[in-house]
Amino acid sequence: MQPLAINHFSIVNALGSGAAAVARALSEGRTGLARCGFETVTLETWVGEVAGLDAVRVRSDLAAYDCRNNRLAQAGLEADNYADAVAAAREKYGAARIGVFMGTSTSGILQTELAYRRRDPQTGALPADFHYVESHNTFSLAKFVQRYLGLTGPAFVVSSACSSSAKVFGHAARMMAAGVCDAAVVGGVDSLCLTTLYGFHSLGLTSRAPCRPFDVDRDGISVGEGAGFALLENILSTGAGGGMRLLGVGESCDAYHMSTPHPEGLGAQLAMQHALDSAGLTAADIDYVNLHGTATKASDPSEDKAVHALFGETPVSSTKGATGHLLGAAGITEAIISLLAIEHGLLPGGLHTRTLDPQLLSNYLLANKQARISRVLSNSFGFGGSNCSLVFGRDT
Amino acid sequence: MMRVFVEGIGLLGPGLNGWPASRALLTGDAAYVETPTVVPASDWLPPAERRRTGLPVKLALAAGREAFVHAGRDAAITATVFTSSSGDGENLDHICTTLATDDRDISPTRFHNSVHNAPAGYWSIATRSQAPSTSLCCHDASFAAGLLDAATQVAVDGKPVALITYDQPYPQPLHAVRPITVSFGMALVLTGQSTDRAFATLDVSYGAAAATVTRMPDHGLERIRASVPAARSLPLLAALARAAPAVIVLAYGDQHLRVEMTPWPRP
Repeated sequence: MQPLAINHFSIVNALGSGAAAVARALSEGRTGLARCGFETVTLETWVGEVAGLDAVRVRSDLAAYDCRNNRLAQAGLEADNYADAVAAAREKYGAARIGVFMGTSTSGILQTELAYRRRDPQTGALPADFHYVESHNTFSLAKFVQRYLGLTGPAFVVSSACSSSAKVFGHAARMMAAGVCDAAVVGGVDSLCLTTLYGFHSLGLTSRAPCRPFDVDRDGISVGEGAGFALLENILSTGAGGGMRLLGVGESCDAYHMSTPHPEGLGAQLAMQHALDSAGLTAADIDYVNLHGTATKASDPSEDKAVHALFGETPVSSTKGATGHLLGAAGITEAIISLLAIEHGLLPGGLHTRTLDPQLLSNYLLANKQARISRVLSNSFGFGGSNCSLVFGRDT
Repeated sequence: MMRVFVEGIGLLGPGLNGWPASRALLTGDAAYVETPTVVPASDWLPPAERRRTGLPVKLALAAGREAFVHAGRDAAITATVFTSSSGDGENLDHICTTLATDDRDISPTRFHNSVHNAPAGYWSIATRSQAPSTSLCCHDASFAAGLLDAATQVAVDGKPVALITYDQPYPQPLHAVRPITVSFGMALVLTGQSTDRAFATLDVSYGAAAATVTRMPDHGLERIRASVPAARSLPLLAALARAAPAVIVLAYGDQHLRVEMTPWPRP
């Protein structure tokens, strides 16, 4: 693919608000995970909760969109002067020439869960303040972002579970290559809700402790929440060089099982190989791999086999011990962490992992490492066997 | 503008039992009578997986399979774009109802079926396809978004793509706030080059040009088009059934999707 410029991005999650806060937390090896005290949830697990969302309200002209997911989206749009950068792009390209492609797994479903508790005892009806279009429908996130930013170009939500906000990069790149839009707001938002917490618990996939990717005693994920956005532009239209680039996108399916990855990681390996091919690179060109690394019993070995087969001794780590698993927002979050890794020369060591699983062969970093790096591959894999790998680099 | 060739169509809707049987109803050559959508049980999935699937998966698999048989193309190596406004509303209602009680034990199967890409996941298992697949949502414009995305993939990647769109009515209480009236599934197999199987071209363009959204002349079919996002595809299907050049306009957010359908080879 034609590389695309990423000169603006923003990030909000349990590590903090904005790229500087997240980069600082990563360099200090700090985790955003804490014992779950979310809402009325009584599970013995840890979560990566974004503080203060209950006090946030979305912009008054968009009041009908008010829900945890869109509050988090707004926090992301306001971080890192992202909305200002998009406003400048709107002046440059026109509102109709900027696409909005958002990833989410559950959008504003928490709002629906809460509304179901307030059904009319006689009729069963949902409360009158329930806004289906603005908070329930999966598209509500992209519609909110589009309206918040004053954009009128092509828009949709990609909802392919935990690969959602990685896949949006592929959609945007194709839309731009086809001339449907000149620039794209890509990103993703997922917020804590009961469906995912109780759902992953029902599958026995939530850890009782902070998640420990690649640890011999790993016992599941820590669910997190967060928002991330990037602005994709054609390199020629951005002028100055030296910026960050989206170099490649690779997608595949496992064709194996709905909630268990292929044991040999065949789908994962295909996605990574496609991403390298699309970037015109080989595995040796990659300096660091940001793993999907969820810390479940089944998924770490699957990814490890695929990563080790392709990358051998290349340093790898999962940052989910710091952020938690952001599900539909994991792709964009780890994409931005990959960009921060390049910008700061920081290969983040995985947190909470004490004893590496001897069955896992990849060169998993247990401590931060400083090194000038140019290219990073980031993995995002989801339920339904949906795989996406992204390659980012610095313009050289 | 992007040109794609249509190689195969699959269709399941109320009184619309497959593409061959639906053509005369869509052209108006036979009287349309609405009857409940019949979704055949799929023997494509292993029995263990089949038992776990909800109606949207069955709809998507049946429509997709018909389109691939029509196209004579191998589903195992073809990329897919799934698009739906509402996903599995029955499953979602069950989960939200359970979570509103003190006993919050939701079933693991219901949870993994709750992802919007459940049909794509089951499709990949059924067809053993490792080809790229995506799952989109754009509320009322979900079909338009899927068609634009599929056409873009064909144009940019130069490979065939199957577009599969489906929607199912919500149970109450969500039905009251989102009244999707019937179950509807539709699939198109699209390619970038002319093949022996291609029977129409679609020139797809996205833009702001003032345009009136294309409707169905038949009142019954128009009611379905207007109430079911996946059935926004009906005017395009009617044009394909008539096999005469036509321009179809689909609403898409603040703009429109314009689809110029021409029979192939050119008449």
